[in-house]
Amino acid sequence: MLLVIVEEDAGGVSAASLEAVTCARHLAEGAGLDLHAAAFGAHGDLAAGLSKYGVSTLHLVTSESTREYSPELWGTALAELVEHTGATGVLAASTDRGTEILANAAASTEQPFASNCVAIEPGDPWTLTRQRGGGILLEDAELSGRVKLASLVAGSVEISEATATHEVDVLEFAPTPQATMPHSAIVDRTSRGSGVSLASARVVVSGGRGVGSAEGFAPLEELAELLGGAVGCSRVATNNGWRSHSDQVGLTGTKIGAELYIACGISGATQHWVGCMGAKTILAINTDPEAPLVARADYAVIGDVQEVLGAVLERLRARRAAA
Amino acid sequence: MDVLVCIKRVPAPGGKVLLSADGTSIDTRHLGFTIGPHEECAVEEAVRIVAEHGGSTTVLTAGPPEADEQLRYALSMGADHGVLVETGTRELDPQATATALTEAIRLLESESKPFDLVLFGNETADAGHYQVGVRVSRALGLPIVGGIKGIEIGTGRVSLQRDVADGVEVYDAPLPAAAAVKEGLNLPRYPSIKGRLRAKKSPVRTIRPEPSPGGLRTVRLRRPPEKEHETVVLGYGAEAAGAVVDVLAEKGLV
Ligand SMILES: Cc1cc2nc3c(=O)[nH]c(=O)nc-3n(C[C@H](O)[C@H](O)[C@H](O)COP(=O)(O)OP(=O)(O)OC[C@H]3O[C@@H](n4cnc5c(N)ncnc54)[C@H](O)[C@@H]3O)c2cc1C
Repeated sequence: MLLVIVEEDAGGVSAASLEAVTCARHLAEGAGLDLHAAAFGAHGDLAAGLSKYGVSTLHLVTSESTREYSPELWGTALAELVEHTGATGVLAASTDRGTEILANAAASTEQPFASNCVAIEPGDPWTLTRQRGGGILLEDAELSGRVKLASLVAGSVEISEATATHEVDVLEFAPTPQATMPHSAIVDRTSRGSGVSLASARVVVSGGRGVGSAEGFAPLEELAELLGGAVGCSRVATNNGWRSHSDQVGLTGTKIGAELYIACGISGATQHWVGCMGAKTILAINTDPEAPLVARADYAVIGDVQEVLGAVLERLRARRAAA
Repeated sequence: MDVLVCIKRVPAPGGKVLLSADGTSIDTRHLGFTIGPHEECAVEEAVRIVAEHGGSTTVLTAGPPEADEQLRYALSMGADHGVLVETGTRELDPQATATALTEAIRLLESESKPFDLVLFGNETADAGHYQVGVRVSRALGLPIVGGIKGIEIGTGRVSLQRDVADGVEVYDAPLPAAAAVKEGLNLPRYPSIKGRLRAKKSPVRTIRPEPSPGGLRTVRLRRPPEKEHETVVLGYGAEAAGAVVDVLAEKGLV
């Protein structure tokens, strides 16, 4: 039997989890195995949302000790569920929690875990492809073990329904209370205000070394404001103290998915590229026509950031005044 | 507070990554190396915690002999002790890395006393397996939370903070504890000249464990396919402004 962890979104199964379900079904069918799902602290009706996807049983992990999120307790509970059900493989979406729970379960069971997979094929071992360095490279690998654990990057599998719809059996699973295991507990949760977040902004106006200083970001801020977007930056801007790290785009910053990314004075190192490659359109403004980001951009302006942005802002202000 | 930080030596490629002839590793002949950014923040945090609460910072790395360079960088930032867990030049799988680190930490602790806090980077910048810190911590019986961007030491406890999609989560854990941290936790210092001189002379201890391989085996690495495309050059300098505004208008942004 294969097990897939499903996370909730707006009362149903999240899209990223449905991708993991689709991938797990492919693996289960390839090996002639049953497919079960498991959910922690679910509130919505997940069983109904899973019936079309080839899941026969949903395990709801319910106990006082796993009511609130704790990476170690959820991971240990998952490890216990794996032993209890005899699952030979576990999949989840590569969310913060999905990855963390699988890592903990893999540690508890001393089984291998392949994170950030983009494709997994059945067999023993599983043959898989995973992202390294946030997608800078792909790694083809083999995963072998009594229980194989893997997480799947969102957007790598097309969600598809099974050929037949099944009623999903719902079973409650109460893990053994872990009275002596030292563990963390979530004690507070605050929601972000309504402002535009870098990860979900429609437009990101981003600056690097070529912006020159903290003050040099003023035109980038004005442009972002005019376009209803957010300001981003490269790691050089962060390290120079020009911007806060929460603005950093890239491998060790934020991955963006904007409609338009305007990269000002950014060379386009691989570690930066993996943060902005998800943008639909890229406009690079750079003095160097040979810069890697200029080569990868859809549009480029060759020139000084301040000069180009100054002229663009002047036109936009004039347009505003005329309207 | 005795703090242990686990770091990794990683290559620092620029605009393109070249692969070795057999395709199983990065061609690093012309590359510089660095401590992963997450781990650099971990070192900075440890040094700050020790400055405030007393104790010592030990930095540990599993890797090739050359990782001595990264240990010395951490020492120049203010760490007190460096330990090289020599595992050869081939990259280990995450289970083997975790076993090597766990064995080394057990050895160090058996010689003095347990660390109060163990810090890891959330994931390494190159392989990015997202699990070594968790495996080591769980083997040592330590609580661990990942993605940490804020650490506050309390009495016998630690408060750990992380960003999530829609806000911030705060965790509480009893000490000794572990955390896997992310860049943004702090702004790491540039080592002082005094720090560099001290680091040069500090002894670095070497441990050579022999972990058996785990279940994830790399077959080959490859660069992701890139979509073929031409860059449209809108113009040069201020003259291009009109064309830029046209693109913005086309996208319905102005
Ligand atoms: C493990 C690791 C992780 C990393 N993670 C990240 C990350 O998350 N995000 C990130 O951004 N980087 C990251 N980096 C750093 C990355 O390798 C680069 O060093 C960094 O992205 C470079 O920033 P930059 O483009 O601003 O600076 P540079 O590479 O110095 O480029 C500056 C660019 O500005 C142009 N320029 C100069 N003056 C002007 C001007 N007046 N007008 C217009 N253009 C001008 C230049 O032609 C050049 O192309 C990471 C590195 C490592 C090793």
